[in-house]
Amino acid sequence: MSQYDVVVIGGGNAALCAAIEAAEAGADVVILESAPEHMRGGNSRHTRNFRCMHQGPLSVLTDTYDEAEYYEDLLRVTKGQTDPELARLAIRESETCLPWMERHGVIFQGSLSGTLSLDRTNAFFLGGGKALVNAYYACAEDLGVTIRYNAEVRHIDLSEGRFSAAVLADGTRVEGRAVVLASGGFQADLDWLTRAWGPEAANFLIRGTPYNRGVVLRDVLDQGAVSVGDPTQCHCVAIDGRAPKFDGGIVTRLDCVPYALVVNRDGARFYDEGEDVWPKRYAIWGRLVARQPDQIAYAITDQKAQGLFMPPVFAPVKADTIEGVAQLLGLSGDSLRQTVAEYNAACRDGTFTPGVLDGLATDGLDPPKTNWARPLDTPPYYGYMLRPGVTFTYLGLKVTERAQVQGAHGLLPNVWAAGEIMAGSILGQGYLAGFGMTIGTVFGRIAGQEAAAYVG
Amino acid sequence: MLDNSLSDEATRQFQICNSCRYCEGYCDVFPQLFSLPEMSAAQATHLANLCHNCRGCYYACQYAPPHEFDLNLPAVLAELRQDTWERHALPQALARVFHAHGVAVAAALIAGFALLFFAMAALRPEAGEGFYAYLSHNAMVLIFAPAFVLPLLGLALSLRSYWREIGGGWVTLADLTRMGGSVARMKNLSGGAGQGCNFEKGSRYSNARRHAHQATLWGFLMCFAATSVATLMHYGLGWEAPYPFWSPPKLLGVPGGILLCLGTGALAWLKLRADPELGAARVWGGEMAFVLLLFTVSATGLALYAATGTAAVPALLAIHLGAVFAFFVLTPYTKMVHGFYRMAALMRRR
Repeated sequence: MSQYDVVVIGGGNAALCAAIEAAEAGADVVILESAPEHMRGGNSRHTRNFRCMHQGPLSVLTDTYDEAEYYEDLLRVTKGQTDPELARLAIRESETCLPWMERHGVIFQGSLSGTLSLDRTNAFFLGGGKALVNAYYACAEDLGVTIRYNAEVRHIDLSEGRFSAAVLADGTRVEGRAVVLASGGFQADLDWLTRAWGPEAANFLIRGTPYNRGVVLRDVLDQGAVSVGDPTQCHCVAIDGRAPKFDGGIVTRLDCVPYALVVNRDGARFYDEGEDVWPKRYAIWGRLVARQPDQIAYAITDQKAQGLFMPPVFAPVKADTIEGVAQLLGLSGDSLRQTVAEYNAACRDGTFTPGVLDGLATDGLDPPKTNWARPLDTPPYYGYMLRPGVTFTYLGLKVTERAQVQGAHGLLPNVWAAGEIMAGSILGQGYLAGFGMTIGTVFGRIAGQEAAAYVG
Repeated sequence: MLDNSLSDEATRQFQICNSCRYCEGYCDVFPQLFSLPEMSAAQATHLANLCHNCRGCYYACQYAPPHEFDLNLPAVLAELRQDTWERHALPQALARVFHAHGVAVAAALIAGFALLFFAMAALRPEAGEGFYAYLSHNAMVLIFAPAFVLPLLGLALSLRSYWREIGGGWVTLADLTRMGGSVARMKNLSGGAGQGCNFEKGSRYSNARRHAHQATLWGFLMCFAATSVATLMHYGLGWEAPYPFWSPPKLLGVPGGILLCLGTGALAWLKLRADPELGAARVWGGEMAFVLLLFTVSATGLALYAATGTAAVPALLAIHLGAVFAFFVLTPYTKMVHGFYRMAALMRRR
């Protein structure tokens, strides 16, 4: 048994920000990270940037990105499913967070090649999220924070309406005067995902850490904490079907769809591949593929499309005929040949312009392909496999503007939450690049400050 | 022959890096990698020699082992570099022995001592001042001129062969300036933002290795300049050694020797603290022996100067010159070559 001022559950960005703030305020802090040291950092280890409001150039960020524009961007992706107070707080505070991050060891770099569109809105971490996580752990260690790896919390003792201890998998009680819950969502618990979404979810790939199993979230909800966010939904994108079941991260993305013809297991097309540019469509395709038999789809391109999209990590299958590609992908050659023939017949003459909506659409095809529709006629042909990949879940804890958790009978006096475990209030739907890190940093810092003030 | 299994493994890892790009800001390797339309074995050896083993990309990597993608770019590039140096060496067999085995370097050092003790015993001059009282200037030239020129000639041929492999063309002034600037500042050990590399402190950054390397490099260049200036003074001005403290050879050589001593000492100390699995683990012994050889050269040189006028001079002279001899002869077959290959890689047009 051990006793601390502040117990931080989780070991990602939000947890670290909370621990650092609390320790700097003089509190005796412990971080309980369920992963082993080499896997520390939750999904933060897969992130790459921080979306930041700023009036004028700030660090690596150019120009201005003000509150109104940032909030509009958020409304567009969430379709209004956000808590305006919390969202505006996160946006406003992001500007002071960036210098704070730099002071605590995070190094930024200019936007990465291929992401120029983000150089005004998102500050990229040099080395990515794992480098950020490393910097924060080093900072926390220097501040005297106790860090325990392989420390999976199974239960939060909230008897008598207040936190008294976190109970680990081996039964150990870690007692504290305050707690910050920052242990992420439940996307790595496939059983929970299947119960929430349906049996198809068993075939989903999990893009991030296998350690976000939602154990603490479930435990606290079972004890009456108020939830926010759609419990059945997850952020789900189309990724390379050969990616590992867990932890494939950024490299498993597959950007070929707009320049391909996409079929399901039966060799049939099911959606307009050319509806919009890929950054605006990859999230939709996760759900589309999830609705197909066996939750799988195949993108077929010909030689003409090579070089038009980022090279995927897994080499595509390659053959000189459509039947050859079908065979390599395990599809019926006849069906695929027929689908391609119908599509090719529906293509018309026009100017093909990659990257912008060129209006080169099929004629009389259902579903149509409304942009970039060129016939598949130049061998060799390439085949790619697509599966739904889950980024995060939306279900979370309801918190106040001070990150305090709402219990069954009012606010829990010594319980705060930060990061993915409470992000559902702000990000009720969709996703905005780099905003998860903003929520984690802003509310992690608030939670740490509040918890320290409470015990101080 | 190019080791295909190594360049294939490097290519596999590069493919994953190319899809991720998080490390773009650390060093010169990544921007060049991302600009290549396709990877070839020659491109891989070029990038391998551009890598300074700062290890930033390893500690930042979300795909480092035990992840199933098993990315360890610093190690595979170190192995590939090592392969380049051994493959282009003349003869290859000597490179394979001395790169990998510290014991072989130590044996060469002892052979150097023996040669010099023998030479000093056999060729004891009738008269002479300073060191020349123990070994005449002509005898020194007789021993060191071939020991210096022949290895450099071999090295030059190796570099020409490497330059052809990576498709280097004519070098412009801009290429030279870029290379010089990068080497002078050890830009590729800066971590991209001046925070340094991840060497002796694991996932924490530190500039210790960059500073130790700078001391070694600049110290070495000052010692080399001291010898060159002395040679010019000897033949050009007829001003023969021994030189007083306030003379160009001593003013360059003494601080240079101190820098070299401190730098190599620090490099050896840092190497003991770094993870050998993020380098070419099989040549750890040879690399350490090379650093210690340079340390011996500088430490014995300083000791010799300190012992001026004492009875220790003849023994120290033999030891110092023996170490210098071993260092010269081993130049094409030890870690010493890394500097030349790296300059070539930095010079190659982007």
